[in-house]
Amino acid sequence: MHDPTDANDDPSRPSRRGALECMVWAGTGLLWTLGGGLPRAMGLERALAADASPAPFSFLQISDSHVGFNKPANPDALGTLREAVEKIRTLPQKPSFIIHTGDISHLSKDKEFDDADQILRETGVPMFYVPGEHDLLDDEPGRAYLDRYGKGSRGAGWYSFDQNGVHFIGLVNVVELKAGGLGNLGADQLDWLEKDVAGLSSSTPVVVFAHIPLWTVYPEWGWGTQDGARALGLLKRFGSVTVLNGHIHQIIQKVEGTVAFHTARSTAFPQPAPGSAPSPGPMKVQPGELRQYLGIASVSLVHGNEPLAVIDTPLAG
Amino acid sequence: MTLASALIRSHIRRQLAAALAVPLAALTPASGAMAGETVTIRIDNFTFGPETVTVAPGTAVTWINGDDIPHTVVSQSKLFRSKTLDTDDRYSFTFDAPGEYPYFCSLHPHMTGKVVVKAPAG
Repeated sequence: MHDPTDANDDPSRPSRRGALECMVWAGTGLLWTLGGGLPRAMGLERALAADASPAPFSFLQISDSHVGFNKPANPDALGTLREAVEKIRTLPQKPSFIIHTGDISHLSKDKEFDDADQILRETGVPMFYVPGEHDLLDDEPGRAYLDRYGKGSRGAGWYSFDQNGVHFIGLVNVVELKAGGLGNLGADQLDWLEKDVAGLSSSTPVVVFAHIPLWTVYPEWGWGTQDGARALGLLKRFGSVTVLNGHIHQIIQKVEGTVAFHTARSTAFPQPAPGSAPSPGPMKVQPGELRQYLGIASVSLVHGNEPLAVIDTPLAG
Repeated sequence: MTLASALIRSHIRRQLAAALAVPLAALTPASGAMAGETVTIRIDNFTFGPETVTVAPGTAVTWINGDDIPHTVVSQSKLFRSKTLDTDDRYSFTFDAPGEYPYFCSLHPHMTGKVVVKAPAG
């Protein structure tokens, strides 16, 4: 059956689905390449195995390092971050930069940020951050984060930048959370976002990243953003919007119209699938299996004329 | 019985009493804890347990985080606010004035609870 939404014979303008073909995610990071103006993701394991055919532009997403976490689910979160960075360093094509979607630290301690910075610096590429709730636990919440990573940002740390014709927007949805609610962007940030995108042509590809999913994944565990729909509404007119989030330590993705949503794995510990456990607390797995949840397992998204399909592709074990 | 073991037994009794105070307070909201007593609320599996406690004025309420993930205890009226509680950390607040005190975890705001402060009947 031919899908009319996929009708597009012009190879220079790949359809949304075309752009999503064969995406592969790995927990160590996501390699994003820009082909024909549309982002494409590839898991690190596959990127490492791929021929070094140069893409015009690529970047990488890493998330939820939780440096300082040392509980049974992963007694050495710093070690697994180091492993992820070692993989990044051996990529045939160096990404232009890395986006970290928050929870750099576990308890916002200086030592945790120091340790994370020292290891991430070894990637040798610029880093762009947004905070997770674990990065704002200092006595004056968020001060330590902003002092380190907030240069050039506004409010609690939001900002935007342009690279190779793509507009990148880093949002903060982990401050001033309301009792009983979800993630929160707030009026000030939404006003800023409206102005930020006002002058952009609708054909500009947009990548928006934030810690907590901007879409509602599972409200019972707080996995969503109260006013996320307002942010997405402001991006409605754009032909390609890619939303990158962390927080839930597992891969969940969906495509809705021109918007593709992705959550990345953690480099520290996995969390259970929505509703599959009494709480969203760290999922304890056998020590030998941990890396399958963090970095070695991948998910392939393939398409044909059928709806998008997710296939687990464990690379080891 | 030696003095030491008597002390330990007495300590255990106090611990049991503290542990029992929670379900009793939850089951019999009209009676609640007596003034000067301590009531414990456990944070397990991203839940405050019990979710609602009723205590007499002057009761100290202690929250203990049993999760592997840090939590906070933050009053919706801003009357009290704990620091970040890592695993096994605790926070106490003494409630003097009668009233209802809803609170939540500022990191995981879907976690909510309530302390009801009420003078014992009679």
